[in-house]
Amino acid sequence: MELFSDDFTDGNALAGPLREIFAMDMTQAMGRCVNCGDEGPVAGLKVYTHAPGLVARCPSCEEVVMRLVRSPSSAWLDLRGTMSLRIPMPVE
Amino acid sequence: MRLPPGQYLTEDFPVLTAGPTLRVPTDTWEFVIVTEAGEKHRWDWQQLMALPSERPTVDLHCVTKWSKLHTRWQGVSLDVLLEGVDTAADYAMVHSYGGYTTNLPYEDLLHGQAWIAYKFDGEDLTPEHGGPARLLVPHLYLWKSAKWVRGITLMDEDEPGFWESAGYHDYGDPWREQRYQGD
Ligand SMILES: [Zn+2]
Repeated sequence: MELFSDDFTDGNALAGPLREIFAMDMTQAMGRCVNCGDEGPVAGLKVYTHAPGLVARCPSCEEVVMRLVRSPSSAWLDLRGTMSLRIPMPVE
Repeated sequence: MRLPPGQYLTEDFPVLTAGPTLRVPTDTWEFVIVTEAGEKHRWDWQQLMALPSERPTVDLHCVTKWSKLHTRWQGVSLDVLLEGVDTAADYAMVHSYGGYTTNLPYEDLLHGQAWIAYKFDGEDLTPEHGGPARLLVPHLYLWKSAKWVRGITLMDEDEPGFWESAGYHDYGDPWREQRYQGD
């Protein structure tokens, strides 16, 4: 029995959809915390800026939900503390 | 006077933190070293205070580019704490109260390079600067000198800590300007 099919394409298929999302203002996106399950807007996170990167914590449980590190040539976005982000999109 | 590449000198002591300032009372404080075999070595505050201490004067280099020279500390050398610990580990993960972590090679904890520091400039270390006790490993960028330290896990394999898993360099040598992954 085959558990996995070969019916996939490479990540270039994500190019358009991701470009659409990452060009948005994300502060109104609703994030769900991995640790406590609470959901709230990105704008409502507690952000610590006096650090080597930006650290955003869940306002309910204080766990880290987002890290953003900017070097001269890269940006690292670590979202392991976020279960999902619901991003409002303009209705066509 | 020599500064690592890309650093500037500061006289004050900027406070950097990835979260709320923790106030850990010394009567419940403990420091635990866990070996790769799972063996635990535990010290409470009184036991730490009873160990022989050193008073290193060291230069601090923060990855956000400030350096502060000739800072005076008091603490217990990791050579003392690791003396009775049976290990062949190559790596260590440092854990803090509040969940912060940072990794470094086991060797970098030895040979007079690392301390559990509890006094700064002759005074008890304040919570803002990581008191009651923080790791002090001044030969690496300051994010490795974990505030509010609570323990060290010894490991056979390297694992990235809090900043090391989000773009910062795994080792972080200021003299080689190892700020970010790939530097
Ligand atoms: Zn939460």
